[in-house]
Order: sequence, then C-alpha cells, then structure tokens
Amino acid sequence: MNFSLTDEQAALKDTLAKFIERDYSFDQRWKIIGSQMGWSREHWSKLADIGAMALPVAESDGGLGGNGVDTMVVMEQLGRGLVVEPYLGCVILPVALLTQGASDIERAGLLERIASGESMVAFAHTDAGSRYEREQLKTRATFANGAYSITGNKIAVLGGDCAELLLVSAKVDQDAAASLFLVQTHATGVARFPYPMQDAQRGADISFVNAPAVLLGERASAQAAIDYALDAACAALSAEAIGAMSELHKITVEYLKTRKQFGRAIGMNQALQHRAVDMLMHLEMSRSMAMEAAVAMSEPNAQLRAKSISAAKVLVGQACRFVGQQAVQLHGGIGVTHELNVAHYFKRLTMIGASFGDCDWHLARYGESLLAA
Amino acid sequence: MDLRYNDEQRAFAQEVREFTRANLDPSVAKKVLDGARLSREDYLGWHRALYKKGWVGAGWPTAFGGTGWNSTQQHIFDEVTADEGAPQLMPFGLRMVAPVIMAFGNKAQQDYYLPKILSGEHWWCQGYSEPGSGSDLASLKTKAERATDADGAHYIVNGQKTWTTLGQHADWIFCLVRTSTDGRQQEGISFLLIDMKSPGVTVRPIIMLDQEHEVNEVWFDNVRVPAENLIGEENKGWTYAKFLLSHERTGIAGVGRCKRIVKRLHHVAKQATAHGQPLIEDVRFRDRLAQVEIELRALEITLLRVLDAEREKRAPGPEASLLKIKGSEIQQTLTELTMMAAGPAALPYVREGEHEAQDVAWLSDEAYRYATGTYFNFRKTTIYGGSNEIQRNIVTQLVLGL
Ligand SMILES: Cc1cc2nc3c(=O)[nH]c(=O)nc-3n(C[C@H](O)[C@H](O)[C@H](O)COP(=O)(O)OP(=O)(O)OC[C@H]3O[C@@H](n4cnc5c(N)ncnc54)[C@H](O)[C@@H]3O)c2cc1C
Ligand SMILES: Cc1cc2nc3c(=O)[nH]c(=O)nc-3n(C[C@H](O)[C@H](O)[C@H](O)COP(=O)(O)OP(=O)(O)OC[C@H]3O[C@@H](n4cnc5c(N)ncnc54)[C@H](O)[C@@H]3O)c2cc1C
Repeated sequence: MNFSLTDEQAALKDTLAKFIERDYSFDQRWKIIGSQMGWSREHWSKLADIGAMALPVAESDGGLGGNGVDTMVVMEQLGRGLVVEPYLGCVILPVALLTQGASDIERAGLLERIASGESMVAFAHTDAGSRYEREQLKTRATFANGAYSITGNKIAVLGGDCAELLLVSAKVDQDAAASLFLVQTHATGVARFPYPMQDAQRGADISFVNAPAVLLGERASAQAAIDYALDAACAALSAEAIGAMSELHKITVEYLKTRKQFGRAIGMNQALQHRAVDMLMHLEMSRSMAMEAAVAMSEPNAQLRAKSISAAKVLVGQACRFVGQQAVQLHGGIGVTHELNVAHYFKRLTMIGASFGDCDWHLARYGESLLAA
Repeated sequence: MDLRYNDEQRAFAQEVREFTRANLDPSVAKKVLDGARLSREDYLGWHRALYKKGWVGAGWPTAFGGTGWNSTQQHIFDEVTADEGAPQLMPFGLRMVAPVIMAFGNKAQQDYYLPKILSGEHWWCQGYSEPGSGSDLASLKTKAERATDADGAHYIVNGQKTWTTLGQHADWIFCLVRTSTDGRQQEGISFLLIDMKSPGVTVRPIIMLDQEHEVNEVWFDNVRVPAENLIGEENKGWTYAKFLLSHERTGIAGVGRCKRIVKRLHHVAKQATAHGQPLIEDVRFRDRLAQVEIELRALEITLLRVLDAEREKRAPGPEASLLKIKGSEIQQTLTELTMMAAGPAALPYVREGEHEAQDVAWLSDEAYRYATGTYFNFRKTTIYGGSNEIQRNIVTQLVLGL
C-alpha cells in the first residue's frame, strides 16, 4: 500500500495548480465560456506545454507514458478550476481508444499530434435514444467498393464542436460486435450541430449519412477498446469531481462562517454544520474511490477493472449530487444565481453524474459482476 | 371517511376540464407541458380567460368576487388545469397580497386593488427579501420615512429588495419597509403598496443558474409613496407579513403541478431505453418513480386534511410548513427523475430557436430540452418561501415546543 504521489506527480500537481491559480480564475473562465468558441486555444496550448496532452500517450507513441494516477492528478486540478477545454473529450478518450483499438501503423503520427496539442480528435459514441448503452449500437457501417461508409446519429460528443477527426463506434452490417472507425469531420455526409453543454463545456450532435470512414483495428473487435476508453473516462471524471467537490466544499464552509442571519454566522446552526460534515464524508469516500479507479486503469483483467470503475462512479455520482445540491442549498438565494461560482460547480458535478453512465447504470453493472462471480 | 371524489366533484372536474380545453391556448399548454419559459402574455391570456368565466378568485370569498369554492373544489381546479397544461396563476396578487388587503386593508383599498387583481390589470410582485435579510426577514432595512407636504401625507422609500420573482413584469410591489428602529425589529415594520412606475424605482435582472431571467433586484431611490398605500397600521406590518407567508406555504406545495410531471414522466420512461429496454422496465428507475408517486399521494391527502381543518380559521397554522417541505422535496425529485430519464441527452444546453437557426438536425431528444434546466431551476423550491431549514425551525418551535 502506498498512497503518496511520486516526485514527478507531485511536481505535475504543483504546476497544474499554479496554472489554475494564474490562468483560470473565475473571471478568466467567465471570459472563456462567453467567447464565440466557448474555450480557449491559448489555454489549450498552455496545457500542452505543461505536458498534459503527452502524459497519457505511451512513450512508444511519442508521449510521456503516464498511467491512471497521472491522469487523476491532472483531472483533479482541472476540476478545481472548472476547466472547459476538452481535455477529457479530445485527449483522454481518443488516446485510450487509439492505444487499445488501433494498430501501430494506424495510430502512428496521430497520437503524436494529440500529444503535442496539434490535433483535436473526438469520440462519437453515444447513439441518439440509447442512453448509456455501450454495446447495442444503432450506428451502422457498410463496406462497398473497397471502402467503408457510416450512417447514424451520435449525440453529446465531447469536443465534437471543434475536432477535425472523429473516432466513431459502429456495427458493420449484421456483425455481433462493434468496430471503430476514423472519420474526417469535414467529409461529405457528416453534419454537426455544435452547442454548449449545460456546464459550459462544448459538444455536438453529429449525424452521418454514408460518410466515408476508415476502419481501425480488426472489424467487429473494438468492444474491448471502447470499454477501456469509457472506463478511462469514468476514472478521469471521478478525479475531476474530487477537485470540483473539494473546492465547492471549501467555498461553502467559508460561506457558513461569513454569512450572517439572526445576528450570527449561519454556520452556528447545527443543522447546517452537520450538512457540511456529510458533504465532507461524501467527498472523502469519493476521494478513496477516485484512487481506486485511477489504479484500476492499470488492471489487466477487464472484469476487475470494470468492477472498480463502476464502484467509483456510483459513489462519486452520489457525492456529486449531494455535495452539489447542498452547496446550493446552504448558500440560499445566491446559490441559484449564474453570477456565483457555486452554481457552476453544481452544474459541472451534475453533468459528471450524467456522463458515461449514471449511478443506477453503474450500480447495475457492478451488480452484474456479482452474478458472474 | 371517504377519500374519493363524489359524483358532484367528478362532474365539477369534468366541467373544469372541458372549459380548460376550450379556452387554453394550445401553444401555451405545450410550453407548460414541455417545461418551457412563459411570457407575460402567456400567463395573462389564461388569467383573462378564467376572469371572463368568473374562475380567477378560487380561494376568495364571494363578497370580493371569489368563486366561493370549498377547499376540495379548489384542489380539483388546480389539479385539472395543471393536468391540461394551464400556466400557474401568479400567486403574488391572488394568493398573497389579496388576502392581506381583505383582512387588513381599508374599504378604499379593497375597492381599488381587489378588482384589478382579479381582472389581471395589476401584476403584483413580492418585496420582502433583501440582500442582508433573507431567512432573517425581520432585520430588513429598506426605509420608509413619513412626511407631509402640499400634496399630502406620504412616505419616502429608500433601499433595496432582491430575488423579486418576475418583478420585470410587475405593475405593483407589496413591500415590507422599516418605519421605526425603536424596540424589537418586528415592531418597526410596515406593509406598503408601491406602484412600480413611481420615479426612483429601478429593476435589475438577476440571471439564474438555468440562465433565465426570473428574479430581480428592485432598488428604491427616494421613492414617494402616498400614505394611503399603507396597509393597516404603521409598524404592524410584521403581523400581516406572517399572515401572508402562511398562505404562501400551502400554495407552494404544488400538488397539481407534481401530478402533471408524474404523468409526463410515465410517458418519457416508456420512450427512453436502458439496457436495450424501455426505461420503465429498469427496476431501479421504476422504483424511484413508484416511491415518489406514493409520497405525492400522501402529500395530496395531507394537503386536503390541512385545508379542511383550516376552513374555520383565518390562516393556516404551522402544519403548512410540513406541506412546504414535502412538496418542495417532491418537486425536486420529479425534476431530477426527468433529467435522469434523459441520460446523456440531458447534457446539451440548446437555446430556443438555435438549432432551427443553424438548420441542422438536433439529434438529442427534444422532449428533454428543458429537463436539466428545470432540475437546476427547481433547487429554488427548498430555498424560497422560507427555506426548508427555516420551516423545520418553525415546526421545532411551534409544534414540538423545543
Ligand atoms: C451498546 C453501548 C455500549 C457502550 N459502551 C460504553 C463503554 O464501554 N464505556 C463508556 O464509557 N460508555 C459506553 N457507552 C455509553 C455511550 O458512550 C453513551 O451512550 C453515549 O455517549 C451517549 O450518551 P447518552 O446515552 O447519555 O445519551 P445522550 O448524551 O443523552 O444523548 C441522547 C441523544 O441526544 C443526542 N445529543 C446529545 N447531545 C447533543 C448535541 N450537543 N448535539 C446534537 N445531538 C446531541 C445524542 O446524539 C443522542 O442521540 C455505551 C453505550 C452503548 C449504547
Ligand atoms: C428563485 C427565488 C425566488 C424568490 N422570490 C422572492 C420574491 O418574489 N420575493 C421575496 O421577497 N423573496 C423571494 N425570494 C427570496 C427567498 O425568500 C430567500 O432566498 C430565502 O428566504 C432565503 O434567504 P437567503 O437567500 O438570504 O438565504 P440565507 O437566509 O442567507 O440562508 C442561507 C442558508 O442558511 C440557512 N439558514 C439561515 N438561517 C438559518 C437558521 N436559523 N437555522 C438553520 N438554517 C438557517 C438557510 O436555510 C439557507 O440554507 C426568492 C428566492 C429565490 C431563490
């Protein structure tokens, strides 16, 4: 057992914490989310300079070869700052997919360009009307005249607003299992509807009508890579949630000390004190589970990995809900305004809960592992 | 004891339903059912239709132009109109200031204000809260100083109110103001009616977390208010304010609205899929829905019990706090379940007209367009009208005697 970070990880944490403090104040973020694009290339480049993009890419692919714990360190800081640049959508997800699902030749160059921050690649996976379904894909690919083409509707694609390349999950004809494809965003037959998300991150709905596509890896054998990537996303979200919740808890406790009603700080009321303690309990249980998830990303057995990831997503999701809701409640009216950071944390935490499987979905997945045992 | 509606009540429900179907603008009903934002006109159109029929003053005595309905009839009216997608009648005039004017206003005030509240000519808003005085309302500072000049006796009002719901639409605001700093805080408060068009009144929007304009700051800079706009006696405003708050709390339970959301949720849960099956087949989700429906039924019966017991009394007692707590919690659960049903379709934030403008298909289910925003917005229900913590404090003191 060892709960400490390596020297490199501690240094990384420090660098990112400074980046958040210097470049990502609430005011700076406010400007970024209000801009046309909704995120900032300048901040994206800064993250690349810090090495955040290269971190999850294997050394053999031109990256720094970081593991799940390294990702946890990064995501926790991004959560503290409510960073809207699409690190999860355009780094964590595509890197995991390409590493697990594409051959050396297919991914050569591409991962290097992601690692340098040059290329934006997004994962278009969630079929419209399928909620959190991972395997029963509606999107179809067909093979004709020596080439693949794709038809289907993908929603809530993180980073889908700006990515130049899309990794798309689809089933070829009557195949039992999914395949993975690379599609140019500007190809014919691809139409996107970009929008802000509820938490000010950006995404898109993307429709494909006979869009030209290149198969990655073997046909009908992408499910393992898809599961790995979505699990990596859940682990990353868990860490991000810790960063966001610890900030929000701190802000709330501070408010309990400073806001006065009935001639004394509202934090003098035991009802509110105990609520703040319960928030802390959720946070600390979640922190433990974010660690569990980070370490699980190195677990070679996919079933064991899945169990840990879902366990984490259940507890973290519950914590996101409780901590977010109570932070708003304990702030009273000011908590439901757009001008205060509290609502922004609350909204991000809510969306983390709703991303890549909510608590119920992961509880069911965890439960299935009990049946299998 | 019988908890079902009798034939007469069922016939009444049918009458209300037929009237609503014939008179409610279908485009407004669609907005309400979808959870979209309503304009001032959307609210007022329905208000006027009811006014013509003589159905606006549901809880009012007949002497003031009310329907004279008993509490069960009022409940049936709320339930059926909500089910059909009718907008909620704005409570600020009808359910808040009107009962105060009836109980404590003079004849001239009753004759002037009440008919205009009924007809919808005056849109009212509530000026209680201030930045420093939320839960601790009695600490309010907005000052009204009495003076007399050639034009007669009047008050000069200075200060700021906040969280004023739909103040941007309002013609009038009823305010708690400080007229004395002697003695207990509660003993220096007066209840004043202020014309929003008075010089010196400024309304500034507050954008809420769903990015909508629903509440406001209202500033008073040397606003001259005729002395005849004072309700009752000077420095007795706290008594009237508390009388009003208990009215607000029974109204806030929102049973009719909840029933409508439940119905919608049934529909949505059959459309959405989980694990390749309709979401309603997912026992986790179905149990959540079942649980909240059971709680809603309990709330409904409790509400009717409280209303029934209060027929004789002038204002609801502290039991109203229990209704407010449970009602707000149920509303929050229902909006949360709707968001959950959406799954990843809850993520996009798409402004009205945006995808039409871009001429691209919006692939996420439009049924969920407002689901997340409504969930965010409804966090207010445990904060406003006296927060749920304050309601529990009231029950602690007044019911439990602790
Ligand atoms: C099975 C068992 C084994 C025990 N073993 C030991 C032992 O080995 N050695 C030993 O010394 N003692 C022991 N205890 C005693 C135990 O520590 C006391 O029961 C405990 O401290 C509570 O005290 P009390 O029973 O007097 O309840 P009270 O202190 O009277 O409390 C009653 C209730 O009021 C609440 N309460 C009290 N003060 C506050 C406050 N300020 N804020 C909020 N809530 C409050 C309590 O949480 C509780 O719910 C044991 C008790 C039990 C039940
Ligand atoms: C959407 C919305 C609409 C509103 N509309 C109106 C309106 O039209 N007119 C109007 O006058 N007001 C309106 N309000 C104001 C509302 O009544 C206040 O927000 C509410 O009274 C709480 O006050 P506060 O916001 O100042 O919070 P605070 O009083 O500062 O409370 C902060 C937190 O502390 C808790 N707390 C405070 N005191 C205690 C205590 N003694 N014990 C335990 N917990 C305590 C509260 O419960 C809350 O969780 C509205 C509010 C909202 C959010």
